[in-house]
Amino acid sequence: MLPAPFEYHAPRSVDEALDLLDQFGDEGKVLAGGQSLIPLLKLRFASPGHLVDINTIKDLDFIEERDGTLRIGPLFRHKAAERSSLLASRYHVMADAAPQIADPIIRNRGTIAGSVAHADPSGDWGTVLLAMDADLILRSKKGTRTVKARDFFSGPFSTALEPTEILSEIRIPAAKPMTGGSYLKLERKVGDFATVAVAVHLVMDDGKVGSAGIGLTAVGPQNLKAEKAEASLKGARLDDAAIKQAAALAAEAADPKADHRGSVEYKRNVVRVFTERGLKRAYERARGGG
Amino acid sequence: MGQAITVTVNGEKRSAEVEPRLLLVHFLREKLRLTGTHIGCDTTHCGACTVLVDGTPVKSCTMLAVQADGQQVTTVEGLVAGGVLHPIQAAFKEEHGLQCGFCTPGMMLTSIALLKENQDPSDDEIRWALSGNICRCTGYMNIVKAVKSAAVQMKAAAEVPAATAAARS
Repeated sequence: MLPAPFEYHAPRSVDEALDLLDQFGDEGKVLAGGQSLIPLLKLRFASPGHLVDINTIKDLDFIEERDGTLRIGPLFRHKAAERSSLLASRYHVMADAAPQIADPIIRNRGTIAGSVAHADPSGDWGTVLLAMDADLILRSKKGTRTVKARDFFSGPFSTALEPTEILSEIRIPAAKPMTGGSYLKLERKVGDFATVAVAVHLVMDDGKVGSAGIGLTAVGPQNLKAEKAEASLKGARLDDAAIKQAAALAAEAADPKADHRGSVEYKRNVVRVFTERGLKRAYERARGGG
Repeated sequence: MGQAITVTVNGEKRSAEVEPRLLLVHFLREKLRLTGTHIGCDTTHCGACTVLVDGTPVKSCTMLAVQADGQQVTTVEGLVAGGVLHPIQAAFKEEHGLQCGFCTPGMMLTSIALLKENQDPSDDEIRWALSGNICRCTGYMNIVKAVKSAAVQMKAAAEVPAATAAARS
């Protein structure tokens, strides 16, 4: 399968890329890892006139903790996330999710930022960022703006990102000492999209829940943030009753569709079970275990 | 519309003018006539088209040829050296690591990248590394055996020159 014809641009700097995007407007599209975009082009679901490949720009493949913030660059790939000792030790929800993205060969090329910008409701990283309350830095020729992950997704494959903008950085509050997370994903086989997945990012504070982030994958028109479940946990002791209640609220927040992967009832129940398990696992990790 | 690219394929610089929409797999198969790289699903699932780009396994149906400009690509045709099979090829042959052979080039290239990082992989590690390569003959048992066998051969071969050098010093 061949994509429809397009012009290809390989800028050497972000400024050059932004100039190109500004010039092309709706006809421009950023190419990062390409593991979602190139299949879309081949299937002709998308046929932009211009592809702006950012792989030729130096210094976009980074992850660093600085000034109380974890910063992730637009070319930071799934494989690097999978191998990051920083994520493994302090950002469990990301470390859990990374090896569950697609398959190892796709992970070699695909990027976190690209996946988030693609905004597949069955994509995993958006859910993780919702749970972690991430900020997305959107840069265009006209300037830079910051959008909360919860305000970024607007529907299937739809986001706040303008065609003239690049998702130039993902910013996540740096993990505090008592932080734990988990990403549980149900898939029919390795490499499949999630039937259901649940992200949990838990910060404990003096024996109580400082904040709890809960994200849901593949059970709605976009990645969902289970805000009522999160609110129910804030300031609570994380006992069985609190966990059960949050899990029930997360299941209520899910809005799944029946398909070949399962019925509505089944998927909702998986959300409930995974939220319970995820909270327990995150809690153990926050206390330095598991 | 053509764009000039130069890709080092199996150690040889190959220049061509290509349409930007040309996929790397088509560049290899149609422009260079290297048909050992197979097109399986054409939808980024099966891994039959896997090649190494700068040493990293990539699905060549999901990368543009223009993106390989200036890079090193290894295909199955680049594995034989001086008429001698690469240890992974010899092991796939010896252990019957293939049935129809369609997935084999991708399987071998992914395995080579694995063995470069992990000289002594467990069965689980091999299966995990190959989870993006699908064998529809379902001959996975022998594929895993072949990769293990190649690991032993390659480790021994790497140790011989080192031992020889140690003996000399």
